Amino acid sequence: MQLSHEQVRHIAELAKLALTDDEVERFAQQLSDVLAWAEELKRLDTDSIPPTAQVFDLRNVTRPDVVRPSLTAEEVLANAPQRDGDYFRVKPILDQS
Amino acid sequence: MNAPRLCYTTPQYLCRGTRSAMDYEAVIGMEVHAQIRTESKMFCGCSADYASATPNSHVCPVCMALPGVLPVINQRAVEATVLTGLALGCDIPEFAKFDRKNYPYPDLPKGYQISQYDLPLCIRGHLDIDTEAGQQTVRIRRVHLEEDTAKLVHAGDSSLIDYNRAGVPLMEIVTEADLHSAEAASAYLVTLRTILRYLGVNNGNMEEGALRCEANVSLRPLGTESFGTKVEVKNLNSFRAVRQAIDYEIDRQRRLLDAGQSVTQVTMGWDDVRGCTVFQRSKEGAEDYRYFPEPDLPPLTPSRAWVAEMRATLPELPAARAARFVEQYGLREHDARLLAEERAIAEYFEATVAAARAHTEPRGVANWLLGELFRLLREHACDIDQCRVSPEGLADLLGLIHQGAINATVSKQVLEEMFTSGDAADVVVRREGLTQLNDHAELARVIDRVLVSNPKPVQQYLDGKQSVLAFFVGQVMRETRGQANPNIVGPLLKDRLEKQRNR
Repeated sequence: MQLSHEQVRHIAELAKLALTDDEVERFAQQLSDVLAWAEELKRLDTDSIPPTAQVFDLRNVTRPDVVRPSLTAEEVLANAPQRDGDYFRVKPILDQS
Repeated sequence: MNAPRLCYTTPQYLCRGTRSAMDYEAVIGMEVHAQIRTESKMFCGCSADYASATPNSHVCPVCMALPGVLPVINQRAVEATVLTGLALGCDIPEFAKFDRKNYPYPDLPKGYQISQYDLPLCIRGHLDIDTEAGQQTVRIRRVHLEEDTAKLVHAGDSSLIDYNRAGVPLMEIVTEADLHSAEAASAYLVTLRTILRYLGVNNGNMEEGALRCEANVSLRPLGTESFGTKVEVKNLNSFRAVRQAIDYEIDRQRRLLDAGQSVTQVTMGWDDVRGCTVFQRSKEGAEDYRYFPEPDLPPLTPSRAWVAEMRATLPELPAARAARFVEQYGLREHDARLLAEERAIAEYFEATVAAARAHTEPRGVANWLLGELFRLLREHACDIDQCRVSPEGLADLLGLIHQGAINATVSKQVLEEMFTSGDAADVVVRREGLTQLNDHAELARVIDRVLVSNPKPVQQYLDGKQSVLAFFVGQVMRETRGQANPNIVGPLLKDRLEKQRNR
């Protein structure tokens, strides 16, 4: 299965990544290889196996609704590229919700 | 996004009720996001009380999505969701799982939201609502559990992010497209909100965003079955906004269709200030969320025994309670509904009825609650659970009225004093000297004083003008600071006046 450049650009857009033309070419190849491997796996007969999202046999792992200490705002903001008081500051975001 | 901001104004002659070239039926489905009232967040132990906290003070490596952290499901949030599902008559499947909904946005630290895609906790329910057109059943498609996003503050040339809200438990309640008017959509929301508050799973506050609503609106020619193109309307932060926005959107689509144009599938936002829906984004290709099962969270398999246990904890819901109030206490349906609407008020009412059983009918209790007590609560912007008059205290007051120790006028004054001071009825009555005057001799003296100082009305009465009696009763009440027993004053007054005639 060969991914088109258009598909690669679409995936990059969904991940908000800016790709150069060279990268589009390279990733088209790499992603196609990954898909080819998935195609390979699909040749296995899995008719008798129920769809499985997890391999370990855990169920119903929950915790009680109890508050535990958070980080301090200073710790939280320590690596923020930009801050404004106790807020993270980012480029303006308009529309969407 | 540089989407054009369009605002369609509604010319008067095209307002609702005007004739279209064709008759359309509106088809509306609702999506409600309700923050679940938990102590901690959905997947970590940070406090979920984000509203009053300083920015970014309820944040930890899990809700900040630092590498290598693992989420763990909040048990209470699961219970609240299942409880809601059961209250809405949903099935609780034996297998539910979480999924990742992928989209990059600064309010989403992980770059995906943990939500439920194809196997939610609750499916296939229904809710009965009362609309102008009569009772209607709205089918509930699903109730699922997810996490809230961070709060964005837009500040001119930048946006500010507070991650306190990121990871707060959120349930989404989705209906089938069963609603056909803005009024019905609003009625659905009112009914749902009442139930959520009854269950104690959500505080119902729309303005603060604890309860958020989106409507999917489309039109189709009346009598047809297939659906038209639907438009999603967001930013509905009040019941009024829900009604206005849906009405507006129905009208906008009708005009497009009447003009031979087609409706495009978009997301619109309600602009409360301008009173119109505003284009937000195109749906085309936008919803590519690439859902996949959340590998960090094992699935939930609610056992039938546990579901039965949850069902047993369901409180009596508002509709059933109102019906019982009519049946059991003989209340008028309107009053019963008002009293059953909020759990705390319904419980207060029933506790008062029980405490006052020996002397006051339930209807009498209802009148006091709906009248004087509600007025005091409103005037003091006070909730019933902060009310300093207990059900037993109110019952004692009603007892004093029944005994004739105080009259109706004074009793309102006593209640107000009880409400502000927190003192018991008899304490207030004694302290303020408000005991009802039943003493004939003393009342006769007061009446004579009143008659002497009002010779003109006396003459009018003697000339046959009965209506001055009310004036005299009023004067006697004034003289006695409202304490005179009107049942004694009336006859006594007549008696003294008649005596003057015979002089």
